[in-house]
Amino acid sequence: MSEAYNFAYLDEQTKRMIRRAILKGLAIPGYQVPFASREMPMPYGWGTGGVQVSAAVLTPEDTMKVIDQGADDTTNAVSIRKFFQKTAGVAVTERTSDADVIQTRHRIPEEPLREDQILVYQVPIPEPLRFLEPRETETRKMHALEEYGLMHVKLYEDISRNGAISTAYAYPVKVEGRYVMDPSPIPKFDNPKLEMAAIQLFGAGREQRIYALPPYTKAVSLDFEDYPFEASKADHACDLCGCDTSYLDEVIVDDAGGRMFVCSDTDFCRGRRAEGHIGAQGAPFEEDAA
Amino acid sequence: MTPLLKVNNLSKFYGNRIGCNDVSFDLYPGEVMGIVGESGSGKSTLLNCLAGRLEPDAGEVLFHTRADGLRDTVTMSEPERRMLGRTDWAFVHQHARDGLRMGVSAGGNVGERLMAVGARNYGDIRAKAIDWLERVEIAEDRVDDRPSAFSGGMQQRLQIARNLVTGPRLVFMDEPTGGLDVSVQARLLDLLRGLVREMGLSAIIVTHDLAVVRLLADRLMVMKSGHVVESGLTDQVLDDPQHGYTQLLVSSVLQV
Repeated sequence: MSEAYNFAYLDEQTKRMIRRAILKGLAIPGYQVPFASREMPMPYGWGTGGVQVSAAVLTPEDTMKVIDQGADDTTNAVSIRKFFQKTAGVAVTERTSDADVIQTRHRIPEEPLREDQILVYQVPIPEPLRFLEPRETETRKMHALEEYGLMHVKLYEDISRNGAISTAYAYPVKVEGRYVMDPSPIPKFDNPKLEMAAIQLFGAGREQRIYALPPYTKAVSLDFEDYPFEASKADHACDLCGCDTSYLDEVIVDDAGGRMFVCSDTDFCRGRRAEGHIGAQGAPFEEDAA
Repeated sequence: MTPLLKVNNLSKFYGNRIGCNDVSFDLYPGEVMGIVGESGSGKSTLLNCLAGRLEPDAGEVLFHTRADGLRDTVTMSEPERRMLGRTDWAFVHQHARDGLRMGVSAGGNVGERLMAVGARNYGDIRAKAIDWLERVEIAEDRVDDRPSAFSGGMQQRLQIARNLVTGPRLVFMDEPTGGLDVSVQARLLDLLRGLVREMGLSAIIVTHDLAVVRLLADRLMVMKSGHVVESGLTDQVLDDPQHGYTQLLVSSVLQV
């Protein structure tokens, strides 16, 4: 840890301010709490909101995990992990079960989380109604008065154009029968997992909003009676570990149409291979093989 | 018989200028009232105050609600007023673009009000949308087209369908035929007249086109500089205008 930084980069007053917003968010599940987002040493869109929330909840004893689209080893995840190693000196891990705080971009880990864990999401656009109603004054009023008919207009348009609800990510949910919330761009496959034991915090840096789901909060994905919500995934098994229930990424492997499907959650896939599961294109697991 | 809408001494000022001043009238169920006057006479201000889109400075607007009789919509809470706005009231704008979602298909536009009051069955919503498109003479195969692909007259008819789908009891219309050519205007008026009679709607129509009120309105109010200068049965006012301004208005109509 670098001595030149205050613990977790932000000063104490800022962290207090963010914690107050987090507490308010937890008290009103799904409500977007405005907060004075700080400029962070990374560009907007790289998780400035999530980083600020993580900084506010981290303690020196915590172990942190950072994932980007399920993977621990992509640029975004690596740079944020390094950021907290340098500024907070916290231990880091790639194992979901070992982590106290998990910052994520666009995925929920496959492994169920526990009550003593915190999941922090990076949110680009927190307002689920934004693309239908561009006026912030109007969307605030719609939230306040619980006027959510417009959200279904979007789903109606999906069905009339594509024959099914084609919204595949950032699928809106209604929280505890009150606020409609954008669960950040996680695939709709992950929506049922939003009702979990861990605390979920959502931070949007550019839009200056924080919202939260307390443990075991009800989050119902919006749908129509005759077109019910479906948590979809690629119809394959993972080619490395053989799992047919996890969310998959499609990877192009050559320029002749070759492709493979692999678990998007790299830690989950590695764990299964270590247990001896092998997929169609997989090789037996060796430690440090990569 | 209780009036559907009762307006008492309604006034709206823009600083020192008068928007509309001391307007009172009753509107009974099934009645269509026209408001005519020149540009800037306060017609639209009055209409917006009645429809809860502008806050009047004085007076009351009592609406006969389904649940608990006459209620003042000015002092009513905002959620209640907005609820009325998407159930019992309808507002047809002069420019269809103001009243439609241009990025959403025709079916979605008509279905929005249904979904806003809790419809959650896609099949039902779509069937109702198609039914209403046919009632306003838009072919069923246009249901998935966006309003931007429609002609001006079709957009205006789509706006009417979108407003009437929830079965409102009171329709506010702001120059519904403005900007349309005469043959399209005639068809639209024909359609409106049919719908108003068939559904037993009450309506308040703001226009400067005397032919429109002659065709649609039972009663007429003539406005000048924010004041109502004359009111009465449409034919009576148009055939035997008493006030100087009304006489001028009636005599200014171009004859073909």
